[in-house]
Amino acid sequence: MTRLAPKHQRLILAAVALLALTGAGLGGAYALRSQASYFYLPAQMLADPPASDRSVRLGGMVEAGSIQKQADGVTIAFTVTDQHGARVPVRYAGIVPDLFVENSGVVAEGRLLPGGVFEADNLLAKHDENYVPRELQDMHKEQGGAALVTGGPQT
Amino acid sequence: MMAELGLAALWLAAALAILQLVTGIWSMRAPELVAITGAVRPVTILQAVFAALSFTVLLYLFAVTDLSVELVAANSHTAKPLLYKITGAWGNHEGSMLLWVTVMALSGALIAGVEYRLPERTMQAVLACQGFVAAGFYAFLLFSSNPFARLPQPLAEGNGLNPLLQDVGLALHPPTLYIGYVGLSVAFSFAVGALVTRQVTPDFARAMRPWVLGAWVFLTLGITAGSYWAYYELGWGGWWFWDPVENASLMPWLAATALLHSVSVLAARDALRTWTLMLGVLAFSMSMLGTFLVRSGILTSVHAFAVDPQRGTFILILLAIYIGGALLLFALRAGAVAEGERFSVASRESALVVNNVLLTAILGIVLLGTLYPLLAEAFGERVSVGPPYFNLVGAIFALPMLAVLAIGPLLRWRRDSLQRISRPLIVLAAVGGAALVLTAVLFGVGFLPLAGLVLAAVLAVASVMPLSGRNLRRVPLAVWGMVAAHLGVAAALFGMASESAFTSERLVALAPGQATQVGPWQVRFAAVQPVAGPNWTALEARLEARIGTGAPVVLTPQARSFWAPAQQTTEAALATSWNGQLYAVMGGAADDGRWQIRLWWKPFVTFIWYGGGLIALGGALSLAGRVADDLKRRRVRARGARRRAQMVPA
Repeated sequence: MTRLAPKHQRLILAAVALLALTGAGLGGAYALRSQASYFYLPAQMLADPPASDRSVRLGGMVEAGSIQKQADGVTIAFTVTDQHGARVPVRYAGIVPDLFVENSGVVAEGRLLPGGVFEADNLLAKHDENYVPRELQDMHKEQGGAALVTGGPQT
Repeated sequence: MMAELGLAALWLAAALAILQLVTGIWSMRAPELVAITGAVRPVTILQAVFAALSFTVLLYLFAVTDLSVELVAANSHTAKPLLYKITGAWGNHEGSMLLWVTVMALSGALIAGVEYRLPERTMQAVLACQGFVAAGFYAFLLFSSNPFARLPQPLAEGNGLNPLLQDVGLALHPPTLYIGYVGLSVAFSFAVGALVTRQVTPDFARAMRPWVLGAWVFLTLGITAGSYWAYYELGWGGWWFWDPVENASLMPWLAATALLHSVSVLAARDALRTWTLMLGVLAFSMSMLGTFLVRSGILTSVHAFAVDPQRGTFILILLAIYIGGALLLFALRAGAVAEGERFSVASRESALVVNNVLLTAILGIVLLGTLYPLLAEAFGERVSVGPPYFNLVGAIFALPMLAVLAIGPLLRWRRDSLQRISRPLIVLAAVGGAALVLTAVLFGVGFLPLAGLVLAAVLAVASVMPLSGRNLRRVPLAVWGMVAAHLGVAAALFGMASESAFTSERLVALAPGQATQVGPWQVRFAAVQPVAGPNWTALEARLEARIGTGAPVVLTPQARSFWAPAQQTTEAALATSWNGQLYAVMGGAADDGRWQIRLWWKPFVTFIWYGGGLIALGGALSLAGRVADDLKRRRVRARGARRRAQMVPA
């Protein structure tokens, strides 16, 4: 192995580092375009449905009278709606957040199935009287409600 | 009266930080003024005394629940257990920032007290820098986040603490994390000091290394503890959520890990001088960036930040001054730092360079993923970046890094060849092949967990290889430290891969008396009963879990209702055995008398945190070894000096 002049070695090191970081940046940017999960309101979701393999978030109000418990005891179905009257049916199997109630805001994480039903893996509801998920907070503001936010379990 | 004492101490500490900056710079300019040069270290120590006094006062105010103090009234409650009253002192913005500067002041005092290896001029620059950074954060506290502000009227009762924070995890996690986080300020100041005086030598690296190691050990412990806390407290069964707050602690850790390795190259081989300084600046910059993310409220919403921008803007300005200033200094001075030693492509230096570059790339990816939603939101688009992004893109760089981690320690410094280590390489390849066949054929797991399991096996064998053929009694403590830390990486990786590959989950609604199966466990729902705690009531399920006909293990998950503030939380129940954890969460009641129960069997999940502990232990061993070496060297030198003095004819 020939020994390189220090200056050249330094140059090569810098080039390698730069290359790796650029690669990380480009790879990251590319992955972000395909992997970032976008936030939809019901009207947006109906107008421009996301592909069924994409993880997205759906936010809106839980329609009054729409929560139905299934016979297995763990699955619920409900409808998310917005002030424009758009409605998206949602199915969720799991433990429901305590403050998940009708006529209240919710953000559902999951996928829109080909049949038009949104399958949620996770529900983010109002956590307590102070904490509101990021996306819901602006909705509350739009509705003129006071949005008092302290942040989640952050210290 | 006490609150005013705390505030006065804080003002004094701030003034002393500025004095520290002034005397530090002055004594560099006028080294003949003994009154000034002699004052730098005492001023630094005195600053820490007042900061600690101020923080102690805050602890006292929380312990006695002084409701005339705004911060206490907003975050505490008389009905809380004493431990949580005290730990609540740092469970809020102002208190945690006070803890932040207190740790900063204490680490400054520590270097002022014991660090005598650096050239005196560099040391003065280091302490001046330390004072400069601290002064900014004191100003932040005093002008926008005063923890000692009084209410015009004392409240009859406080608001209480977020129940999620009412946990022994909170007692340990933030202080540990902060010691690591802010302890990196020492590395930052060292880098700035070295740039100012242009003195970057192996001796400088040897002086810097223990401080980096110490901070890194605490950071590792803090992240490990935080991960476990989130795992059992949030009740979602996950141990890492790629939450911005978590990323804020991971980014300094990645930079500090890179720094730790490059400072070793500098100490051993006098190479990577400028790179080490760059990482020194970067690591603490990431700490400050994390502080900004967590403390500015920007994570909740960019708009919330815009509505109440005072605090966020303040920290942003501090960031611009400190990070921008340090980078500017770096740009101006890096060229003036003499070039280091050369090394060949197959050498330990090269392996460490690859490790450094890949760690930095991962840091870049995490940074991008953390900031992207904020940038997107600023342009009116709502995006959340989650595990699919971080896991995939992170793994692209983490897997090669871990592979190099297996080989690097086998290589010699300066010049080596892969032929020389062909035997161990063949052994490692065989281990990897065997693990691949075993996991792929027997279990058929997905690609990432598979790669993780194979690499964990290879890494576990590779990490003890540096010990082979050596007399174990004569192996230096620092090498034991490296072995332990790398073994810890293997263990943590194994835990992560196993958790992701083999977890079984069961979500059911059960009536008392019914049973279900998860993994090897037969779980019977025996009963549900109400229980009460000091400031909560709960419904508690009694679950009896057994494998085969073994003795039952009882799990008691709870759904708790706190009344100050009114909030529900789920308390998960865990049954730990040597080969994994059974995790149970209780949900709501169905209409027909059944209860929702969610169960996970997570094989070897505990290895994640054992691994984290082992990594920290490795760091601690290495630190102990370095400090012991240094003390020994100092004794030998002192003895030599005495002998020389005696030999001088009277």
